[in-house]
Amino acid sequence: MRPETIAAADPSAEAARIHDIGYRRYDGPRLGRAYARRSLYTQSLRGAYGLGRSARSKVLPMLLFAVMCLPAGIIVAVAVSANMKNLPVEYTEYAVLLQAVIGLYLAAQAPQAVSRDLRFRTVPLYFSRPLERGDYVLAKYAAMASALFVLTAAPLVILYLGALLAELGFAEQTKGFGQGLLSVAVLSVLFAGIGLVVAALTPRRGFGVAAVIAVMTIPYGAVSTLQVIAWDQGNLDAVPWLGLFSPITLIEGAKSLFLGATSAFPGGEAPSGALLGTAYALVLLGVILGSYALLTARYRKVGL
Amino acid sequence: MTTGPLPGPTVNPVNVILTEGLSKRFPKVTALDRLSLTVGPGVTGLVGANGAGKSTLLKILLGLSPATEGSARVLGLDVARDGGAIREQVGYMPEHDCLPPDVSATEFVVHMARISGLPPTAARERTADTLRHVGLHEERYRPMGGYSTGMKQRVKLAQALVHDPRLVLLDEPTNGLDPVGRDEMLTLIRRIHTDFGISVLVTSHLLGELERVCDHVVVVDGGTLLRSSATSDFTRSTTTLAVEVTDTGRHPDGTAALVAALDRAGIRTHAGGAAPGAGRVLLLEAADEETYDTVRDTVAELGLGLVRMEQRRHRIAEVFHSAAGSPADSAADSPADPAAAEPGRPGGTGQPGQAGRTRTGETGKTAETAGPSRPRATSGGPDGGGRDAA
Repeated sequence: MRPETIAAADPSAEAARIHDIGYRRYDGPRLGRAYARRSLYTQSLRGAYGLGRSARSKVLPMLLFAVMCLPAGIIVAVAVSANMKNLPVEYTEYAVLLQAVIGLYLAAQAPQAVSRDLRFRTVPLYFSRPLERGDYVLAKYAAMASALFVLTAAPLVILYLGALLAELGFAEQTKGFGQGLLSVAVLSVLFAGIGLVVAALTPRRGFGVAAVIAVMTIPYGAVSTLQVIAWDQGNLDAVPWLGLFSPITLIEGAKSLFLGATSAFPGGEAPSGALLGTAYALVLLGVILGSYALLTARYRKVGL
Repeated sequence: MTTGPLPGPTVNPVNVILTEGLSKRFPKVTALDRLSLTVGPGVTGLVGANGAGKSTLLKILLGLSPATEGSARVLGLDVARDGGAIREQVGYMPEHDCLPPDVSATEFVVHMARISGLPPTAARERTADTLRHVGLHEERYRPMGGYSTGMKQRVKLAQALVHDPRLVLLDEPTNGLDPVGRDEMLTLIRRIHTDFGISVLVTSHLLGELERVCDHVVVVDGGTLLRSSATSDFTRSTTTLAVEVTDTGRHPDGTAALVAALDRAGIRTHAGGAAPGAGRVLLLEAADEETYDTVRDTVAELGLGLVRMEQRRHRIAEVFHSAAGSPADSAADSPADPAAAEPGRPGGTGQPGQAGRTRTGETGKTAETAGPSRPRATSGGPDGGGRDAA
């Protein structure tokens, strides 16, 4: 019923007039693909921390975030109170020490980011809108990488602020902090890609979680073991090459190659040389671009 | 953003959807076979059995799946080139479940509005409006996992309408709903056009329910167009009337007496079919309103009890037959059609559109009786003439 007809029929129906205003057209702007992509990115990033979802889905990401930041807080507190000359932990080292937490977070949130849409078949709703397949993959990938970056960079910020508070050398700390941020940025993009590809294979969340954990830990365990054996047998050249074959050691090697970080490989064997450098850079780039391509291919079949 | 009261139906292009020689072939099956059809503004029903090519057609119309050959235009835009522009102005409601259970309807529809390109404030306002229009109130703040099927269908409809499209494609919107929910959904679909001014293409495998809300019905089968015509053509041109009477002492065979009396009045009748119980049903062609009165008066004069007098609409099977050029009533007489027997079984569910479904052997298609129709000219007989009488 039109407002004016109500008013004409019954002057006392002012309240009804407010509640029944009929259908209104929308003549405002339609912001297009880039905006849609951004909206999906924001929603996915928030979702990775359980924001905008039920209270239960906030518990795990928030808990892991706290666990990730807690050691940084403790280190800072110790450094400040004990008047240390240097932070006991390097910026580039921090993520490695807490890699289990990062792995858990990825295992929990990557399926959340992609399996949900597959499982509840929300994907067709996206593709029936101006958003294209590439936009969807890009938004999801960027959101997952950003979520990981938030997780890994936050403790570094705490360390840095603590270091400044303890009046440690500004230039040195800033350089270390910058290198740390760069290393966790690469780590975030790499891990997000691997996690999403694995998670997008199955609409079942449980499988996704298990598969991501497996992909993150099994190659790492295998590579580490082989590295120790190689090192034991004096085959020192093989150690850095083996590092190419698991995500975690890949990041490790890249850090010591390009950022001069202390090597976490057995015996502190730091990879070096142009050939190894090229190999690490190529594998890193290859895995990241490959993940993106695989994700795009994955969604070719899913539209509607 | 400017919003104002609706200026009335505004879809001005003559053709909302236009396909020409549209084909879609997969390695093993041909989903669409040189389909040419025109859909104007209003509510259009797309009817066909499962696998008739309805969903494939929707995908092509949304610009998501390229046609093997032929062309299609939606709202004047070419599906092959302007898919994005089409999807901005078209809403789509899938047949299957598509709602994440741990999110509230409001949260979800706002998100979908933004993916359609609406700015944040507009997305929230339109979401509140749209959810109210589809009849979702306080429960819209609760997680959707706890919703009934009817509520979920409403949310699915809301997300298709939230960006104020000019056309919505609804894929089997009444699927899984109980009779009441089905009626409400059909009423809502009608309102989308009459109140909101949005054209609708709605698919179903039930012709009966689409007849109630559509201006125009398109029947596809095996990827080809069987028939496309205004809804009134399906029913009004030849209304078949089913009449059943009781026997009395004066007329031991009431049916025979009525046949004779109607014959004198110039109305030809024929038996309702060979199926059990159908022997007592008389079928006749009601050319106009007067036929109803004539039948009523004749029955009253003979002093018979009028068990039923109802419109019997055509079933999809008949549409198939008449498309092939054979007379419609031959299908109704065919002994191979037990469904023709008793659409208004006494003590049956009494739900229009729910009555007997059958598979016709020759065509292998799921057909459905269109169901007992609107009450019309049934009162006035000795027994009131309701279809549930006796």
